[in-house]
Parts: sequence; structure tokens; C-alpha cells
Amino acid sequence: MPSKVLLIGTSKGLVEYRRSLNGWAIGKVHFQGMPVSALHVDEHTRAWWVGLAHRHWGQKLHYSADEGHKWQPVPTPVYPAGAMLKPGKPASLKKIWCLQGAGPGRPDGLWLGTEPGGLFYSDDNGLSFHLVESLWNHPSRLDENQWFGAGRDFPFIHSIVVAPGDGDHVYIAVSCAGVFETRDGGASWAPRNKGLVAAYLPNPGAEVGHDPHLLLACRARPEVLWQQNHCGIFRSVDGGQQWDNVTDEQGIANYGFALAVDHQNPERAWVIPAVSDEERVAHGLALCVCVTENGGRSWRQLRSGLPQEYCFDIVYRHALAISGNTLAFGTSTGNVYLSENEGEHWSCLSHNLASVDAASFG
Amino acid sequence: MATVSFTSALNRFFPGLKPEQVDAPTVREALEQVERRYPGIKDYLVDEQGCLRKHVNIFVEGELISDRKKLTDPIGAHADVLVFQALSGG
Repeated sequence: MPSKVLLIGTSKGLVEYRRSLNGWAIGKVHFQGMPVSALHVDEHTRAWWVGLAHRHWGQKLHYSADEGHKWQPVPTPVYPAGAMLKPGKPASLKKIWCLQGAGPGRPDGLWLGTEPGGLFYSDDNGLSFHLVESLWNHPSRLDENQWFGAGRDFPFIHSIVVAPGDGDHVYIAVSCAGVFETRDGGASWAPRNKGLVAAYLPNPGAEVGHDPHLLLACRARPEVLWQQNHCGIFRSVDGGQQWDNVTDEQGIANYGFALAVDHQNPERAWVIPAVSDEERVAHGLALCVCVTENGGRSWRQLRSGLPQEYCFDIVYRHALAISGNTLAFGTSTGNVYLSENEGEHWSCLSHNLASVDAASFG
Repeated sequence: MATVSFTSALNRFFPGLKPEQVDAPTVREALEQVERRYPGIKDYLVDEQGCLRKHVNIFVEGELISDRKKLTDPIGAHADVLVFQALSGG
């Protein structure tokens, strides 16, 4: 059953849409004027989590247990005294990038990814967080050739994937470093970047130093992982042991940020391409969603209902959401589009929001 | 007693915020006393290492403090301390 609530996190607040018999409409604006840096609707508790990136007052974290009627601030995760970005340089929280429920066997567990590269865990449903030292102390993190910022000053953890059947089995993705996996609940981590390409490095096949823009897994087949990467689109069918390049080399499904996967069909995924990092605009100034239904062997363009001229919109990594047959995304220029038929046709919900950083169905 | 006053922008998060009298030798101690009266406010002004946030300014007797890392600037017995948002934040 597709959700009837859509949350759009913008640089100027959280916008809540609700679907009625008359269609989708804005119901409420939360945190007006404040930049939303992270948005998470917990699969089990249904709590809404929002990370705020105040320009003046630092990062803040709020949750709502009642679909946004009331919000509760919780203490912001902090880097402990002694945590060093590198020797002699203390670490401090720069940005909250993502949250993820910890899955089976951990009903009060919550993961949280940050810049400058710290992963945090809460075992009391977000009332307190601690830095995951095993990852922070991974030898690769201290090597500036392996962990480094991409479009930001510091590396950041933007994706957390918990295996549906095993709360001890978690993947994270870091820009830049790549994908890491733990099978022991975070006690140890191993890079999973074989087959990826880092075209900006002297050694494009380096073990660490990759730039996944977003990492997702198919819930029905969690060994099937997808990533929209700085250097194309990659898919793994063996839990990240090996990545296959499924970029459309002749088409436009290549560079981009946003990615959605079909959680029943491991062959199907959607991306929203952009002209490469030199321009970061829609291809041909025309907005296009690309879908594959054969595991990335071919990509089909979906343009119905999307602007096809003078369109500068791009879609950031967390700004595409899926719920059943319904997809929605928000753009860098404050437009929101929604499709109730798997992307075949799109309708514009809003034209004049602020830049959209996150989308999630409630 | 010194007086610590705040930008009105902080009233959104701390609705009862008003100028506070403190008996503190340094800016750091002044903020500790303010934190006891408005729990959580320090997190808005300094990061977890105790450094003044990039887009926050504190003035003592009209002068911008010089130690943004440890907040050791001294405060006179009757000083005016102003906590502002910096224009650098936009």
C-alpha cells in the first residue's frame, strides 16, 4: 500500500504533503527557515527523524513520534574528547547526513552517519549516541589518500544499509572512501569496493578512495546492492564482494546522485542523471529519470510530465523516494515531482520550494 | 556582576531567554553559568570541543573576543558581554 504522506527536506524547512481524494497537497511546513540535512522515517517505530544544519547554531537532531504534531529535540551526537581528524586536529561534528534503524534484534538501535566521517550508534532509540570507534580507527580513515572530502571539506557517511534479516550485517558508504561492510554489528569493518572505478585517482582500482553518491539494497534480495557513484552506476549481486559497472556508456544514465531501487524486483532501479561534475545541470537542460528493468544491462528514459527545456534542476542523493508504485523527488531549484505509476508519468507538486536535499515517504 | 545579553535570534529556541547576570572570570565560565540556567544553550554557541561556532561572535565591552578556541578572554566585574550571530552565516 503506497504511503499517503510525503516529506520533503529543503534548505528552508521540512515540507509535509498528504494525499487525499483530491490528490497531493502541502499539509504543513515544519522548521521553517532551517536547513534540513537529514530525514529518516523509521520503518519499525514510524518515528520521523530530522537533522538540521543551522548556519549559526550548529547541527541539531529532532524526532517526532506522532507524524509531526510534536517534535522533540535530542542531544546532538558529539565527537568525544580525543577523537582526532588526524593527529593534533580534534574532530567536531560538521553535518548529520543520514540515519537508519538498526533492524532485526535491535528495536532501539539507530545508526547515524556524519561529516567528518564518524559513524554513530544509539542503543536507546536516539536518546544518546556514541562514536563507532572501530570504523573511526580503521587504518584507511587516517590516510588522506583514502578518506577525503568530495564537494565538502571532509569525508562524510551518507548511506547506511542494514541487512533485512540480520542487524549485525551493515554496509555504509563514504564520500570519499567507498563502501565498508561489517558482519559483527560494527566491531570490525572491511572495504567492499572491488570493481568500482575512481577515475580521479592515479590508481582507479584502489581498495579505498571511491566516491559512491548513494548506496541501496533490494529488501527482498539484500545481496543485490546498487550504487550511484561519481564515476557511473554500479551493481553487486554478491553483497558487495564484486561490483559490476552498469553505466549506460552510450546514454545519459551515468553521472548523478539520486537512486531508487525496487524492493521486490532486484533487476529494477531508477536514477536521475546530471551532466558531470563540471556542470551539474540536467542533461540537455531537460529533466529525465532513467529506469532499468534488467539489472542495468539497459536503461530507458522517462520524461513524461517533466520539464524538457531550460531546466537546470539536478536531484541530490537523498532527494528521490519510493513507496510501492509511487516515486517522488525534489530538485536543487525547489521543484517537486511525483509519479504514481513507477515513473512512467510525473506531476509537479510544487515549483517554488527551496533547494531540496531529502525526500521520504511517511 | 557582568551582564550577558543575547541576539534575539536565540529566542526561537529558548523562549524565556533574557540578559543574565554572571559572576565569571572568563567567557568560558560565563557560558557555563548561562548553560545551567538554559540547559542546551551552550551547544548552540560552541562545538563539542568547546570552540566558538564559526558563525557566532561574542563581544566583551564591545570588543570581539580573541580566544575562540578556549574562550579564555577575561571578563571585568561589571562588563557587558554580547552573544551575536555573525553575518558570515548569511
